[in-house]
Amino acid sequence: MSATVTPPPKKVNRIGLEVLSYKGGKTTLCAGCGHNAISERIVECFYDLGVQPWNVAKFSGIGCSSKSPAYFLGLAHGFNAVHGRMPSVATGAMLANRSILGIGVTGDGDTASIGLGQFMHLLRRNLPFIYIIEDNGVYGLTKGQFSATADLGSKLKTGVLNDLPPFDCCALALRCGATFVARSFSGDKKQLQAILKTAIAHNGLSVIDVISPCTTFNDHEGSTKSYSYVKDHDMLLNEVDFVPYYDDISVDIPEGEVQEVTLHDGSKLRIKKLGREYDPSSKFDALKALDEAGQKGEVLTGVFYVETGKQNFMEMLNMVDEPLATLPQARTIPAKAALDEVIEELR
Amino acid sequence: MSTVEVTPASSRSGEFQQPVVNDFSIQVATINGSGSQTANSVLMRAIFQMGIPVSGKNMFPSNIQGLPTWFTIRASKHGYIGRKKELDFLVAMNPETAREDVMKLDSGAAVVYDEPLKLNALRSDLHFYPVPFDKLVGPVCPEAKLRKLVRNMIYDGVVANLLSIEMEEIHKALFKQFGKKKAKAAELNWGACQAGYDYAAGNLPKVDPYRVARMNATAGKIIVEGNAAAALGCVFAGVTVVTWYPITPSSSLVESMIGYLKRFRIDKETGKATFAVVQAEDELSAIGMVLGAGWAGARSVTSTAGPGVSLMSEFIGLGYYAEIPGVIFDVQRVGPSTGLPTRTAQGDILSTALLSHGDTRHPLLFPKSPEECFSMAIEAFDLAERFQTPIFVMTDLDLGMNNWMADPFEYPTKPIERGKVLSAQDLDRLGGFARYKDVDGDGVGYRTLPGTNHPQGAYFTRGSGHNEKALYTEREDDYVNNMDRLSRKFESMRSHVPQPVVDYNPKAEIGFIAFGTSDYAVEESRDQLRSEYGIETSYFRLRAYPFTQDLLDFIRRHERVYVVEQNRDAQMLGLMRLEFDGPDIAKLRSMKYYGGLPLDARTVTDDVIHQEGK
Repeated sequence: MSATVTPPPKKVNRIGLEVLSYKGGKTTLCAGCGHNAISERIVECFYDLGVQPWNVAKFSGIGCSSKSPAYFLGLAHGFNAVHGRMPSVATGAMLANRSILGIGVTGDGDTASIGLGQFMHLLRRNLPFIYIIEDNGVYGLTKGQFSATADLGSKLKTGVLNDLPPFDCCALALRCGATFVARSFSGDKKQLQAILKTAIAHNGLSVIDVISPCTTFNDHEGSTKSYSYVKDHDMLLNEVDFVPYYDDISVDIPEGEVQEVTLHDGSKLRIKKLGREYDPSSKFDALKALDEAGQKGEVLTGVFYVETGKQNFMEMLNMVDEPLATLPQARTIPAKAALDEVIEELR
Repeated sequence: MSTVEVTPASSRSGEFQQPVVNDFSIQVATINGSGSQTANSVLMRAIFQMGIPVSGKNMFPSNIQGLPTWFTIRASKHGYIGRKKELDFLVAMNPETAREDVMKLDSGAAVVYDEPLKLNALRSDLHFYPVPFDKLVGPVCPEAKLRKLVRNMIYDGVVANLLSIEMEEIHKALFKQFGKKKAKAAELNWGACQAGYDYAAGNLPKVDPYRVARMNATAGKIIVEGNAAAALGCVFAGVTVVTWYPITPSSSLVESMIGYLKRFRIDKETGKATFAVVQAEDELSAIGMVLGAGWAGARSVTSTAGPGVSLMSEFIGLGYYAEIPGVIFDVQRVGPSTGLPTRTAQGDILSTALLSHGDTRHPLLFPKSPEECFSMAIEAFDLAERFQTPIFVMTDLDLGMNNWMADPFEYPTKPIERGKVLSAQDLDRLGGFARYKDVDGDGVGYRTLPGTNHPQGAYFTRGSGHNEKALYTEREDDYVNNMDRLSRKFESMRSHVPQPVVDYNPKAEIGFIAFGTSDYAVEESRDQLRSEYGIETSYFRLRAYPFTQDLLDFIRRHERVYVVEQNRDAQMLGLMRLEFDGPDIAKLRSMKYYGGLPLDARTVTDDVIHQEGK
């Protein structure tokens, strides 16, 4: 009687997983919060690239941003650490198991205020790790105080003006040793996707500062981190495109306009110049561009810096390839002869 | 030149005094940075090599060069290796402190001193041996800039002659100290030793009673610092992630560990390290890395002192509540604040046991010796993984930085305890798990490690409220259930932590409770109380917190129990107060010392006698 109904084939990625396998719990952040858009991009990018979700570990500190690892990659281990100290926890975990892909989500208070010390030391070590700053210039969870990335003269809802200069997390990252540095806007889907995918493929520390407006406490007239301000002042340094290593579609690109950077796994980052001369392997160019944009009140976004050849932290430490955490006892406990040797010396 | 002998009362005593053999203490007063450490170690080791039980205590300033430092060597035929309060033999090399050093001596003590200091004018009841160090050093050390360092070796020769320390043993100890690579320096120093010996032989008639004589009580033993022993323990426990921030007196623990790791933990085939050592930017980061690594399944450790533990406070609360293994060595020094950073104490007991905000309790282990630094390092890692919580090993500066005579460490034969960790196969079989569910009734849940190759392996770790399934919750019942389970877990630990060593004396009304390095003073004090006052005592050496049931039994079996500790506020007694009831607590008396020096027996004995009203 009834016709056989064939369910439509499920849409899966290259490792056979549906996008559902990349989602997390339901967000408890405010409607319209930029952080939710970032979580969505993370889900898409990990799905698109076919990363095994349970080979990922998520880290965060404390604050609204730091809640978000619960809202993506639900099949990955997560660690919501203490305020401003996520870098050390992530470093320990990555040292214990270097085969994991680590991603951290933090905020501007977590990174640039209480966590500035740990952030800067993380930069020095070039840990292979994705460090995302969901940057809205205010403390949301404590109801709207300025953070250390709030711009000079930016106004709080209460009318209070910020009279201290901001830290530019990208400039700090450039100065202190990160090997992939980019800024994006939670509202720029295409740019953020390309940057996130590059970070996933990059072997080293990626710092991505994403301007992510706080709709509740910092989205008003006079704020320099509101949706409208960022939309009006967003200045693209370049246009970026990511081509994964397993994708050999060749695109015709006019000579001279696009720079191609080959990443650790063979994937390619294509950077299209927009107007100005700019070399993404030059820290000097990057710092200059950031400085100029800052003076003009522009929000400069795009890829600022990529360095592919630098040793990562595990390589510097000359660690074995296997995870330290699960090395068999035979490899971690020296033989009795070793103890005898030491004892003999102490006699 | 003859010895200045100025005591009328004992003017003839030199020749007629009964010799005091293998039972005295030498104090060497020098200026730090002058190479005296080598001279003192050689002296100590030479006595050790003659088979005589010996201990060395370095009392040094928080400074690199130019401030006074004292080194005390005690030889004891009875095997007492705690500090001896009375000094018998002084080597006064530091002009700044010489006067005070001499004035502090008991009558009858001997003093070797730098001749120009004219110390003999200060007292008439001591035996003085003036030595012209500057005159002697010239011929043995042509290079003027080395003289400051070589000068100190001269007193080794002088002391060897006066105390009958065999020069062959000095030679052996000296060359061991310098090692094969520095044979030339050793020769230079040996020349200085000989010059000192010869000078004493020709010019200083022996007038004091102190001397050594060969024994056979150190055969098979080693000399080692507690920090090096702890470091070895970590290496033989299979440590994989080590983090630290330099702080006195714990730095040498990780520094020794780095040496041993590089020697024994580089894969032969690949030349790569089976460990990671990170010098962190501060102690907050050091403990953060330990917890991150422990969470991901590594055996992770950090080493610090009181100020570092204070900084770790918030993270330790996370470790307790999120249930993450990790090992922390607290090599205690005198606080509060910077305090006396190069003096010893047991002053972090209460604050560490309850470290962090909210309700927290942490297991503490109390090694007393290098042997226990080694064995408890191994036990600490097993406990951390078995109970998924930070474990503190509470040593102190005296144990960590001084040289101790010890028995060789026992190679661990037990397989290491990795705790309740579910594999992908386990998850297949179980079809999932609840991270904080008390499946076995011991309060300890099952965990998985990140990277477990299974779609049901993950859970979310957080310091905020969580239920059995590790999901966020603010519910009253979830919170209470979880905290109660953590209490049960703490209870379960009582039978797994290092058990006490109890010497129950049926004739004793008085009991001692002590822990860590107070042990040496307490054991010696018990002998003093028996031989000098006829007082019998029992002794309970506490080796861990949480306490075991035996502790309460011990208190109940005695009329009065002295809790001996090296802090002002009777911190261990305070911990007992949190657990025990009035009648038991009423039996406890406190014997406290907090002057920063290693506790000595006489101080314990005098205090107990005073409190006993005798």
